[in-house]
Amino acid sequence: MKLVSIVAKKYGIVIGIAVVFVALSFAHPTFLTVRNLRNIVLQTSIQGVMAVGMTFVIVARGIDLSVGSGLALAGVMAAGFEHLGLSVPLIIIATLGVGAGVGLVNGLIITIGKVTPFVVTLGMMSVARGAALLRTGGHPISGFERSFRYMGAGSILNVPVPIWIFIGTVVAATLVLSQTRFGRYLYAIGGNEEATKLSGINVDFYKVLTYMISGGAAALGALILTARLNAGEPIAGRAYELDVIAAVVIGGTSLMGGRGTVIGSALGALLVGMIANGLNLMGVSAYFQLVIQGSIIVGAVLLDRLREQD
Amino acid sequence: MPITNGSPLLSMEGISKTFPGVKALDDVSFDLEAGEVHAIVGENGAGKSTLIKILSGVHHPDEGQIWLEGRAVRPQKPGEMLDLGVSVIYQELNLTPYLSVAENVFLGREPLRAGGLIDWKRMRQQVDELLRPFSVSIDPRDTVASLGAATQQVVEIAKALSLNAKIIVMDEPTATLTGTETERLFDIIGTLRERGVGVIYISHRLEEVDILADRVTVLRDGQRIITDRKANLTRDEIIRHMVGRETGVRYSRTESRAVGEELLRVEGLTEEGVCSDISFTLRRGEILGVSGLVGAGRTEMAQLLFGYRRRTSGRIFVHGKEMKSGGPWHAVHSGMALVPEERKRHGLVQILTVADNLTLPVLDGNTTLGFLRNSMLRNMVDRIIERIRIRTPSPRQTVRNLSGGNQQKVVLGKWFLRQSDIVIFDEPTRGIDVGAKAEIYRLMEELLEGGAGIIMISSELPEILNISDRVLVMHRGRVVKELQTAATDQAEILSYAIGGESGALERARELLGENV
Repeated sequence: MKLVSIVAKKYGIVIGIAVVFVALSFAHPTFLTVRNLRNIVLQTSIQGVMAVGMTFVIVARGIDLSVGSGLALAGVMAAGFEHLGLSVPLIIIATLGVGAGVGLVNGLIITIGKVTPFVVTLGMMSVARGAALLRTGGHPISGFERSFRYMGAGSILNVPVPIWIFIGTVVAATLVLSQTRFGRYLYAIGGNEEATKLSGINVDFYKVLTYMISGGAAALGALILTARLNAGEPIAGRAYELDVIAAVVIGGTSLMGGRGTVIGSALGALLVGMIANGLNLMGVSAYFQLVIQGSIIVGAVLLDRLREQD
Repeated sequence: MPITNGSPLLSMEGISKTFPGVKALDDVSFDLEAGEVHAIVGENGAGKSTLIKILSGVHHPDEGQIWLEGRAVRPQKPGEMLDLGVSVIYQELNLTPYLSVAENVFLGREPLRAGGLIDWKRMRQQVDELLRPFSVSIDPRDTVASLGAATQQVVEIAKALSLNAKIIVMDEPTATLTGTETERLFDIIGTLRERGVGVIYISHRLEEVDILADRVTVLRDGQRIITDRKANLTRDEIIRHMVGRETGVRYSRTESRAVGEELLRVEGLTEEGVCSDISFTLRRGEILGVSGLVGAGRTEMAQLLFGYRRRTSGRIFVHGKEMKSGGPWHAVHSGMALVPEERKRHGLVQILTVADNLTLPVLDGNTTLGFLRNSMLRNMVDRIIERIRIRTPSPRQTVRNLSGGNQQKVVLGKWFLRQSDIVIFDEPTRGIDVGAKAEIYRLMEELLEGGAGIIMISSELPEILNISDRVLVMHRGRVVKELQTAATDQAEILSYAIGGESGALERARELLGENV
């Protein structure tokens, strides 16, 4: 029993993916096809990138509920930049800047204003959504040039570009979180903010950075999405924050801070995407899918609790 | 099997308990009579808390038997022992802060009126009755959060009594209390004794054991070393049994230290309502003691100095340069270090490893483009663990699993690595066993030899007298007196700590139990 619990704790997410994978392979013939599997990863790449960003926030014991709306705002802004006639690299930089800017505002209010992250980012969720709708009058802005659309629709070595972006983000973020001073500080802040502050570390600065990373990751998701849809969509990314937080928690990052890995969150996003894909294939109604999605989130947090107990 | 008549209130026999890798208790026996205070003492990790957790039903013994009033019991769940009359009052109290005293005492067992409504009047009356013997004035309607730490403890005791507790276990009850509060607690324990309640008293403070205990049991390394009447044991004997070896407990400086240039000058440091107009200097190679009663503003002064609290006025000069008002970041980068009183909250990241904690303040100097220089950091960690003798199975051990003394060494190790030269110790040996104390003093000495200056806040007058060169005495947020340690004594320090008015010296002597 003990061995089982240790294995489950350490490789829980891998086992979870394996179980769901095998089950769905038997449940539906189309599941286990190259085309479908590629689709799953492709569809996961947006939430996956966002989950990677969210990992930084949650490891430092924060939470960012504004990522879904942040994605929508960054998306319509990207479309706006396109219409201004900016070059593609500039559009990318400016869009990432919008996301990071949303995070900067979140972070400053949280640290300087000493308001809990939950409240600040809940408010920002509404503000950013409203801003996106205002910007476009509620309608999508469409029409990107070809080279921009490449980010969503192109492929390299027969692998879609969004998947490459996802992989690149995971690799870079893993290095940052596990091999840099910044990463080490985040674990310390998440584990005990006061003790970290008293060790002479500028805790507030690093906390603000985590929200900027999370916001930036949402903007990266926005770039992929707008490029794929060929439109900036102000109602995009609704309830993404739930998928993203679920992915992070399923992936073994503690909501209590101080623990977690980037690769875990990426795998968590894959698991969430795989389940959604399976439910679609089996023709489960969209309403019922909502019920399942919610249950997965609560289940993941429950799992997190059990993990904390020992 | 003992018979009920004449058998002790509690008897634990041959208790053994093994955790993975540790034999926590090895054939330990313990008994308690009605109306007796039986103290359990021992270093951290001696097995005190395991024994209590077995008594309260949190852990099950591998071997051994427990009898309550001659009846064999085998607790499976914590609640069972509570029902049988065993209440444990932990350091961190189990009260709901925003409920009233009465609601706390009867939580989950509220007296009801017909119709299922709470009978508030009866509830208050019962609480009044429970509290009456203790000559404390508590309104059962007060919220617990509005009470002082000692009064909250009385509420816990009242709760225990309302459950008809025959045995009350107190785990380091005075750790958070001031001097007068401690005295009140002692009175309350006296009342419990008169009422025939058996009290198991766990404390690091041997002075308290001296005053309170009828019998003393010493545990060491999971074994019972001795149980005897307090009257038959001197304090030194108890310490010897605890550590099992002669140690330099009565540590004192052998030679006077060579004092160097000025490291720190504080002028008029003030935080409105907390500390006012504090001025002093610190030189290389000296220990400046800070004495005063709990609540005198000593910890707050340290936190002000370190930038953890914001000063409203005053200037701080470090190495002759003025340090601007800012956070701890400024303080650490100008060479200051804080070894805080509350290790758990302020000193360490409990869920990270020994290595992660040790290197936290020095990561900024050991990275290339932000990337950690892992092998260099590993070397530093290995060296410091060996140098200050942190006992840990591996640098990758989680700090939470170390004993109090070793955790304190990890905190110290951080600042050794940082080579800080102004080190503020806030109660450096609180909650640390006798053996580790001497080691902490030795490390302080080592810091001084390396050219540091130390500010040491301590509530223990012997520690102040033995360790420091000068002492600042604080009272109500002010430094009321600076004394040369060599030319003062406990009574004089205490007389200033209690205000220093005329008659204070006599009162201090009285408090210390010296003959006037």
